[in-house]
Amino acid sequence: MAALRAALTHLGAAVSTGVWRLGYGARFFAYLLLHSGTAFRRFRLTLREIYFAGVLSLIIILVSGLFVGMVLGLQGYETLQRYGSSEALGVLVALSLVRELGPVVAGLLFASRAGSAITAEIGLMKATEQLSAMEMMAVDPVARVVAPRFWGGVISMPLLAALFSAMGIFGGYLVGVVLIGVDEGAFWSQMQAAVDVRNDILNGVIKSAVFGVAVTLIAVFEGYDAVPTAEGVSGATTRTVVTSSLAILALDFVLTALMFTGGNGK
Amino acid sequence: MADPAVAEIEDLTFAYDRRPVLHGIRLSIPRGKVVAIMGQSGCGKTTLLRIIAAALLPSSGRARVLGQVTGELDRDGLYALRRRMGMLFQFGALFTDMSVYDNVAFQMREHTDLPEDTIRDLVLMKLEAVGLRGAAGLMPGELSGGMARRVALARAVALDPQLILYDEPFTGLDPIALGVIARLVRQLNDSLGATSIIVTHDVAETLPLVDYVYFMADGRVVAQGTPADVHRSGVAFVEQFVRGEIDGPVPFHYPADGYAADLGLAAA
Repeated sequence: MAALRAALTHLGAAVSTGVWRLGYGARFFAYLLLHSGTAFRRFRLTLREIYFAGVLSLIIILVSGLFVGMVLGLQGYETLQRYGSSEALGVLVALSLVRELGPVVAGLLFASRAGSAITAEIGLMKATEQLSAMEMMAVDPVARVVAPRFWGGVISMPLLAALFSAMGIFGGYLVGVVLIGVDEGAFWSQMQAAVDVRNDILNGVIKSAVFGVAVTLIAVFEGYDAVPTAEGVSGATTRTVVTSSLAILALDFVLTALMFTGGNGK
Repeated sequence: MADPAVAEIEDLTFAYDRRPVLHGIRLSIPRGKVVAIMGQSGCGKTTLLRIIAAALLPSSGRARVLGQVTGELDRDGLYALRRRMGMLFQFGALFTDMSVYDNVAFQMREHTDLPEDTIRDLVLMKLEAVGLRGAAGLMPGELSGGMARRVALARAVALDPQLILYDEPFTGLDPIALGVIARLVRQLNDSLGATSIIVTHDVAETLPLVDYVYFMADGRVVAQGTPADVHRSGVAFVEQFVRGEIDGPVPFHYPADGYAADLGLAAA
């Protein structure tokens, strides 16, 4: 009985803490949006964050995109040639990347590379009293530190996902056309005919933008809310990667269900 | 203490959640003076400093700082008040992604429309005052502890504040750096016509420097006076604290059961 009571108490505490954090996170998001003026008025602050979150993530995004595309090319050809449809390789590679793999894998890589860095940086600024110092100088750290990082991440993510997809298509081309010898004209023309700007590309861009908001919001919130110790910052960084990754996968399911089913499906 | 007070604390109590930290604090910081708030670690002196800085609000009682009651101010009011203050944090809290120059220029760029040429002259003047004009191009990671503290001091006085707050300014410094900071605290206070509040537990460095001292223990002010008064205060805690005696009102031993019983000697 005592064990059951302890378990229920533990569960209740965990749920109430979770709900409290969710509410705090929502208020933080609203405050962040309200105080985002600085990030746009002084856009060089946001540009700097686009460099750190976006440009410095390019290597991992481009290399991963290339390899994912090459694997898609190999696997796709292996399956399609059984049905005599190897010319449709371009369609398979492009749709897989633009609809799903581009936004999702780029989002996961972005969470690991840039999200964790954003959390660690803001958390360390908190632990070393840099945020308090800013407050004491009558400068709002949410407006000056958090908002530019948030918008930098939100702007970078769709661009990274697009580059990931482009690089993946190039990888598929390398393997399918250059290495295996699939007809180049069929590869590109079928892709052009089958990939729809609104239903495929635009939806992919929407997905990556939503993932960008989710990952960057989680990253800045975890950093800002981190316990100001080495252990606290480490825990916050881990939570950013885990929560962002789960959020991407869950949001991907919801968005896919909304975008590619019913009358909208292809 | 006839000068008008820059900060007045009246019957102030403060608690973190339900844990009381400060009880019935009353103190007054006169204009133009350097005042120390001293006490052991955990006695509530840093919390009191944060209340004076309006970073925390009293649970009850009143804190009037530079003519404003902090509990009655909205966000804009608080920020307007803080623009008239400067604060030196315990370990400097320099922005690690900015150079020394940019750290000192930070407030000028955020709060003024001064042209960059003027900002440059002002920054170099502030750095010259702390002896680090030559370090303007360095990053905080390239500075020693003492240098970082001096840069943070230059940043704290960048906009010529009326009230300068120091949170443990001497912690972790070598004797030379410590002497430099102590001299700068006095010098900057007098040259800017400011008022300074130092929260510290360093007796030897602080008493020769300040005009008035408040001693705190367990969240209460237990003694106050000029440095000369301190030595004849008659308060046992103050005497133990000033002389650094290992036993007294603050016991050497943490409360525990009988030593012999713990070692199992009582039964034998």
